[in-house]
Amino acid sequence: MNEMILAKLAGNFKDAILSSNEFRGELTVVVKKEEIVPVCRFLRDDPELKFDLLSDLCGADMLVSEMDRGPEVFDHDYENDFTKILEQPQSRFQVIYNICSLEKKTRLRLKVLLTESEPHVETVTSVWPGAEWLERETFDMLGIIFDGHPDLRRIYMADSFEYFPLRKDFPLMGIPGSLPLPGTAAAPQEGENRHE
Amino acid sequence: MSEQKLTAAGGSEPRSALLQALLDKDTMLEFDDPLGSDMVLNMGPQHPATHGVLRLLIRLDGETVVRAIPDVGYLHRGYEKLAESCSYHEFIPHTDRLDYLSPISNNVAYVLAVEKLLGIEAPPRAQYIRVIGAELSRLASHLVWFGSMAMDVGALTLLLWTFREREKIQDIWDILTGVRFTTSYTRIGGLAQDMSDECAQMTKEFIDQLPKNLDECESLLNKNRIFIGRCDGIGILSKEDAIAMSASGPVLRGSGVARDIRRDEPYLVYPELDFDVITFDGCDSLSRYYVRLNEMRESIKIIRQALEKMPKGPVSAQEPKRVLPKKERIYTKMEELIHDFMLINFGINPPVGEVYHAIESSKGELGFYIISDGRGHPWRLKIRSPSFMNIQALPIMLKGGMISDIVAIIGSVDPVMGEADK
Repeated sequence: MNEMILAKLAGNFKDAILSSNEFRGELTVVVKKEEIVPVCRFLRDDPELKFDLLSDLCGADMLVSEMDRGPEVFDHDYENDFTKILEQPQSRFQVIYNICSLEKKTRLRLKVLLTESEPHVETVTSVWPGAEWLERETFDMLGIIFDGHPDLRRIYMADSFEYFPLRKDFPLMGIPGSLPLPGTAAAPQEGENRHE
Repeated sequence: MSEQKLTAAGGSEPRSALLQALLDKDTMLEFDDPLGSDMVLNMGPQHPATHGVLRLLIRLDGETVVRAIPDVGYLHRGYEKLAESCSYHEFIPHTDRLDYLSPISNNVAYVLAVEKLLGIEAPPRAQYIRVIGAELSRLASHLVWFGSMAMDVGALTLLLWTFREREKIQDIWDILTGVRFTTSYTRIGGLAQDMSDECAQMTKEFIDQLPKNLDECESLLNKNRIFIGRCDGIGILSKEDAIAMSASGPVLRGSGVARDIRRDEPYLVYPELDFDVITFDGCDSLSRYYVRLNEMRESIKIIRQALEKMPKGPVSAQEPKRVLPKKERIYTKMEELIHDFMLINFGINPPVGEVYHAIESSKGELGFYIISDGRGHPWRLKIRSPSFMNIQALPIMLKGGMISDIVAIIGSVDPVMGEADK
C-alpha cells in the first residue's frame, strides 16, 4: 500500500515531494509547503486512496542548540541520526498531518518544513474543515501562521499572551509576569483580558 | 440588528476576540428585529450541564440558536510541554489526568505508542489484562455519561443507579491497580502488577450482574416519552459533516459511520475477541445515546471473553534495557539494580523516529504522536484527544436548535475537558 501511495504521489506531484521514509510501517512524506493543499486535495479525492479523515495535525519545533544536545549517554550515533529527523537543518518548524482513510484503513503522514523567519503555510481547512481547531492549536502553541484560515485565534492561552509555549526556547517554568492573574496589580484592566 | 447592542451585552470595550468571532461568522441577521429578541448568551465555564469547564458563547434569536462558539482552555495544563522534560516512564501518571473518567484507557494508549516506537510488545497475559482494563474504563466512562446525560434532561434517579455500578468498577480498580481513580497501571512493556485471581473473580461477578442492572436503567429511559422527545431529532450531525470535522467514537458511529479502531486497525488482542461495531444512522442525540448504550453490552462481551482466554504467564516483557525491573529484584540482584539506575537516570533511549498510535477510547480516537531524538525523553509528544475534536463539531449540532436542547446535545457528545484541554 505504501509503495502505491508513493508511486501515485510521485506520478502526480513530481517536484512537490521532497523526501519520504518509513519507520515502524508508518509512511512519512515531506511535501513542499507551497504544494500542501493540492497534495491534500488529491489524497482526499483519489478513488484509490481516499484519505477522507484528518486524524491529527500538529507542529513541532526542531530547534537544536549545542547546550540542548547534552552528553551522549549510550553509544548512539546521535549527530547522524538527528539530522535525519531535521530533514533540512535550516528549517526550524514542521507541520505534521496525520491522515487516514476510513474505507482503505490506511494511514499516512505528511510534513511541511518551515523556516523561522517565515513560519507561514496555507491552511488545509478547505480540504478538511476539521483542521480549523487543530491549526488554531498549532498557532497558539508554536506561532505557525496558517494563511487563509477562517478564524486564527489562540485557543488555549489567553488572547493577551505574547509567547508561544511549545517552542523550545520558551522555558518550562514559564515567563514570570507573562500571564497576569486576576486580582493582582499586574492584571489587565476590565475588558482587556479574554474573560470579559 | 445593531452591533452596538451586542457590544453593550458583552460589556467590554474593546470587544474581545471571542465576541468578535461570534460576530464575524455567518451571523448577520437579515430579518427585522423590532422586538429585540436577538441576544448573546454566555454559558459556562461554570455550568453544571457543560460537564466541566466548557464555555459556550451562544447567539440567540428568541429561543433559537443562531450560532454557538465553544471556548476551551480553562483546564489547559500544558501536558505536551511537560512531556518534553519527562522521561517516558514519568509521563504515565500524567495520562491519568487526560480523560479522568477512563484512566486505564489513557495509560494503555500511551504505552502502546511508546512500545511501537521501541519495537517491543507486552506478553499475552499483559495484553489481555490491558484489554480488560480498557473495557472497564469504557464501561465506567459510559456509566457516568449515562447518568449525567439523563440528569441533563431531567431524569435524576438514573444518576444514582449508574454511579452505584461505577463504584463497583472502582472497587475492581482498587484491587487491580492499588488506587480507585488515577490508576497509572501500565508500564512500558507490561503492567505494574499482575491481576490476582480474586480480582478476576470480582470482575466476573461484576459483568455477570451488570446486564440486569443495565436493563433496569434502560427501562427508565427507552420508553420514556419525555426523554425520547427531548433527544430525538436534535443535534443533527450528518455523516459527511462528522467525517469532515474529524469526529470520532460514538459521535461518528451515531452518524452512521462504522469506524472503530479496535476493528479497523487492530491492536492488543482485539482480533481474537468477538464483538460488534455499533452504528446508528439517526445522526441525532438519540442515536449517540443508543450507540453508547449498546457499546456497554459489547464491552461486557469483550471482558467475558478476555477473562476466559487470558493465559497464565509474566506481565512484563523480557527487555531488561527497556522495561523497569521489579522492586524486590532491584534490592537483591546486581543486574537489575544497574538497569534500574540507567532507566531512571537516563531513560529508555528509543531509536530516532516518529510514531503515531491511536486506540479507540471511550470518547473516540485517542492517539499519541511521538517524535524521538534518541534520548530518554520525547522531543515532541502530541496528544490527539477525541473530546477536543468532538467539541469542534458542536456548533454544527447546535445551530438551529432550541436553547433547551443545548444541554441534551452537549450531553450526547460527552466531552471531558481534562482531555480536550490537555
